[in-house]
Amino acid sequence: MSAVATAHDPAATRGAPRTAVRWRPALEAVVLPVGAVLVALILFGAFCLTQGRNPLAVFAAIYQAAFGSGYSFQNTLVRAAPLMLTALCTALPARLGLVIIGNEGALVAGGVAATAAGLLVSTTSPLVVISCMLLAGMIGGGLWITLVGFLFYFRSVNETISSLLLNYIAIAVLNHLVNGPMRDPSSLNKPSSFPIPEDKMLPLLGSTNVHFGLIFGIIVCLLAWGLMEHTTFGFKVRMIGGNIRAARLAGLPVTRLGLITCFLAGAAAGIAGMVEVAAVQGRANESLAAGYGYAGILVAFVARHRGLPIILVATLLGGILASGGILQRQFQLPDATILVFQGLVFLVILLSESLYGKFKFFKETGA
Amino acid sequence: MITESIGGWGVVIGILAGAVRGGTPFLLVSLGECLTEKSGKINLGLEGVLLIGAMSAYAVSYQTGSPWVGVAAAGIAGAILGAIHAFLVSRPKVNDIAAGIAMLIFGSGCAFFLGKPYIQPSAPQLPAIALGGWSSIPQVEAALKISPLFFFGVAAAFLLQAFFRSTRWGMQVRAVGDSPAAAQALGISVPRTRFAAIVTGSALGGMGGAHLSLFYPGAWTEAISSGQGLMAVALVIFARWNPVKCLWASLLFGGAQAVGPSLQAVGISTGYYLWNASPYILTLGVMILTCSPKRTLIGAPGALGSSS
Repeated sequence: MSAVATAHDPAATRGAPRTAVRWRPALEAVVLPVGAVLVALILFGAFCLTQGRNPLAVFAAIYQAAFGSGYSFQNTLVRAAPLMLTALCTALPARLGLVIIGNEGALVAGGVAATAAGLLVSTTSPLVVISCMLLAGMIGGGLWITLVGFLFYFRSVNETISSLLLNYIAIAVLNHLVNGPMRDPSSLNKPSSFPIPEDKMLPLLGSTNVHFGLIFGIIVCLLAWGLMEHTTFGFKVRMIGGNIRAARLAGLPVTRLGLITCFLAGAAAGIAGMVEVAAVQGRANESLAAGYGYAGILVAFVARHRGLPIILVATLLGGILASGGILQRQFQLPDATILVFQGLVFLVILLSESLYGKFKFFKETGA
Repeated sequence: MITESIGGWGVVIGILAGAVRGGTPFLLVSLGECLTEKSGKINLGLEGVLLIGAMSAYAVSYQTGSPWVGVAAAGIAGAILGAIHAFLVSRPKVNDIAAGIAMLIFGSGCAFFLGKPYIQPSAPQLPAIALGGWSSIPQVEAALKISPLFFFGVAAAFLLQAFFRSTRWGMQVRAVGDSPAAAQALGISVPRTRFAAIVTGSALGGMGGAHLSLFYPGAWTEAISSGQGLMAVALVIFARWNPVKCLWASLLFGGAQAVGPSLQAVGISTGYYLWNASPYILTLGVMILTCSPKRTLIGAPGALGSSS
């Protein structure tokens, strides 16, 4: 591959008129991530070999557990739903040029707010309960990340670190609430809030095991994609991400756009928290912080922060997460194996970033 | 309980003891981060380094029977992860923050994977240096049993200070961090300097992990680090990229971590879970107070956060 690598000539690509056919750069945006994932698979296979496992058998088992049957695919989709939503928490601000990793905290904040709202209105009709929970989840998660944006724009506090600290703070608040004010005395082994009534929970889709959260995930990703790629709002956001000074000089309300984007990002993760409460757990407890937030960061980076690919990547990662159990039972590999694999994918994806524009084939020729 | 007989002092002693005991990993990791950032790059992956350090120290101490070999192994394991990070961030267009998150996932994955067999057995611990023999109060005596790695960290802080101030290499690291272009014009190799700084910094972080598994809390579990490696990044900003100030800041953070448990020990359990968040709230508070949109921070390496 290195034989075709040439020095990057920015004038050749950036000088191309907008109307020219741009399928080669588009192909580059697909080929490089896919290639990176393949390289990560090879590395992971080598890792399996060092552990004395047949990599092909491990891959086959992962595929079986993730997509092999209708049942396992449903299991994959249940895990993919929160990933789509938490990925947006990193993906949307990334277009502004901010690296926000407060996904887990926003998910927890959204989940707690949704639980509180659900318990307060639990006697009304299911539709009202669910709408209130959804709204509360969005506001809870949204304000949580807006705080990150606020600290960034008004105090220049590094957004990555503040969002990360807020993860820990959110989990501490969750623990405080489910061990104190919100605690259901009957939850002995695992302190939890009072439960949302069974009949007020998010329904399943038809006769499957997949809950309604998947629909939320897909709709929100599509909305995010439309907003970022096809509206003036998205264009402005991307302009800020490209050059914040130029955006300011052009008169864009940088702070306002930034705060709105942060709110939307947090709201998406907040919906994930709401879904986990309203469709899976039925109550708030420490299971909310199950790592969907951190996995969402990976999804966002692999999908290069675009809404449409996030749906696909979240489904793939959901499948990989769903296969953790089988690796343990069939190959006696610890559950951290999945974490090693995720780390490898992430590392290779980042490395592939440095290859954009390096291959002559992907250069625009129609200019 | 004797704790009750000394009442409120028990809390104070608990917090002070916690400052030294819990501050040691902060100290070593923040010194490593300080060295890394002085060269102009951020390493968020030190959390993964801390975990792999804790795991390797424990595993090697268990296998060889010598905790000191364990500390060395932790340093080496940290350096290996550091080398991967250094390679990644040396590539064009690779964001060092994203690389740090990737290293965090990869490092913790490796640590949990390789450390699985070592969760049960107990490994030889680092010997404590007891300075409390003069006191008859058990709490004071217990509080003054200090990790040898703490003294190592204190020495490292002053040495690193001197290194930056008055050695040729230290000045080269600072030059690379402040203005890579100027450093290059002087004939200093920017990639090589950064590689050395990141690898050495990660080795220090790995040794911070050794303190966790071989001294306090003194066992290898997957929940052994609660973000100390990440908080170190904030701590370095608080300490204005000054190694000796890193020492004081680490003690402060260690103390903040001990507030909840110390209060619980004397029977005050109100808000126990919220007290657990105090180091994070403290970090955030410190960043809000010390950062300002109007000026760049004094002591901040010039190239930090830029893509050069």
